[in-house]
Amino acid sequence: MVEEIGTTTEGDLVINVGPQHPATHGVLHLVLTLNGETIKKVEPHLGYIHRSIEKMCESLSYRQFIYVTSRMDYLSSHINNHACALCVEKGLQVEVPQRAQYIRVIMDELTRIASHELWWGAMAMDLGAFTPFFHAFRERETITDIMEKTCGARLTMNYMVPGGVMVDLHPDFQKEVKSFIQLYKSKFEEYNELVTGNIIFQNRMKTIGFISYQDAISYGCSGPVARASGVHCDIRKLYPYDIYDKVEFDEITETAGDSYARYIVRLKEMQQSIRIVEQLIDQIPEGDFQAKTKAVLKLPKGEFYQRVETARGELGVYIVSEGATTPYRIKFRSPGFSNLSALEHMVKGLKIGDLVAAMGTLDLVIPDIDR
Amino acid sequence: MLKEELKIKFTQLLSTIEFEEGGEWLNVYLTPAEFKSFMVQLRDDPSLEFDYLFCLTAVDWKTHFTMVYHLTSTIHRHHVVVKVKLDRNNPEIETVSGIWRTAEMLEREVYDLFGIQFLNHPDLRRLIMPDDWNGWPLRKDYEDPVNMIRL
Repeated sequence: MVEEIGTTTEGDLVINVGPQHPATHGVLHLVLTLNGETIKKVEPHLGYIHRSIEKMCESLSYRQFIYVTSRMDYLSSHINNHACALCVEKGLQVEVPQRAQYIRVIMDELTRIASHELWWGAMAMDLGAFTPFFHAFRERETITDIMEKTCGARLTMNYMVPGGVMVDLHPDFQKEVKSFIQLYKSKFEEYNELVTGNIIFQNRMKTIGFISYQDAISYGCSGPVARASGVHCDIRKLYPYDIYDKVEFDEITETAGDSYARYIVRLKEMQQSIRIVEQLIDQIPEGDFQAKTKAVLKLPKGEFYQRVETARGELGVYIVSEGATTPYRIKFRSPGFSNLSALEHMVKGLKIGDLVAAMGTLDLVIPDIDR
Repeated sequence: MLKEELKIKFTQLLSTIEFEEGGEWLNVYLTPAEFKSFMVQLRDDPSLEFDYLFCLTAVDWKTHFTMVYHLTSTIHRHHVVVKVKLDRNNPEIETVSGIWRTAEMLEREVYDLFGIQFLNHPDLRRLIMPDDWNGWPLRKDYEDPVNMIRL
């Protein structure tokens, strides 16, 4: 699994985990310094999938650049598109029709469930249990089918555009989402029976990868990682966008700050997402699905920043505009990047076998970190 | 604190501070010399407590660089955007990695893509590009004939 490359003079062992390692879920390269089995240092080496999306966006128009962002955090592509669309709308001062806002929030939450499902399956697989992966994909498949029928894609959606959504919902959408909710509710107990209550699983997760409240903030952690340490950081609650201020849901926080707490936060978040979708699915108002905007968008001179909550945490889109048809500079504040920076702090002093249990609960998506 | 209250507070802390109008949040301009001590005050002053640095980046304005720090407080829930203009020929600024630990990685990214030197940074190396890479990809005058990045 890991390749030994050499020993330093003090008797330390330096090994590479990745870039081709099943537990890093992509091309993440960690250089570990070990003393025996104890981790002394973790050094992430990034850039294996760096496409310089920020530079690319500088030569793309405000309609075009949104499509590139689906390729950042591909498991929350709807939410990435949503963030960019919101930021452009903020600059244009466009009022988005209610129908589009409802569709967007429903899609965001379905994406969140799909993303957490995949994480849950992959997390269990990292720890050696293969069956949960199939259970997770069974439900996730239903969501991707709904997405495919709505926007023609299963992963890189490109559905949200400045002013609303690209096409209207298909006539069966509500029926299919409702049947998904029924399916999900009937299966959710299986997740707890299969994994959560398992004593071996609990022993591997509890007290592993601890991060305190202060450190979580200082390291810039967001999303489930920070909420597991008790930080109230849900952007949907703090700075609501679209119709998040009209829906009822709980911000899930835990106080333990370990891998198990992060696991519990994500499981409970899936149920909150179901709750949001349930509230909205029958309420989608009739009307336009897109506001009328000009064919060529020009943002006024200035700076625009939009924060949204993706499945992994806080995504920020920072646009600097010079009044042209293309952005002067774009910065994507990706949640995975900051969460990864806390990894060394989390695993220092642990045994190497615990690295995967701690890293898995960070839910890293490498294209999101590299961009 | 509201935008106006923050303005008054900042002027008390530093009389030479400059504000930029417009934008969602309060924008302040600092000089590299007064930067570090002011950032420490931003985090430690009990009425400010900007403990969460959620975005750190740079903008290349062709004549100069601007460092942009987006800060918020998880206690008071107010925001500030701190900007520092840097000389383009010799871009140098003090690191804030000792104040917010997330800055260590973020500054490495900015160094890697813009070539801005962060003084007293514990480990300033290239993060994304290979160690032997020439040039700073996110600068406006960067051209690479082999690896096309302009569409």
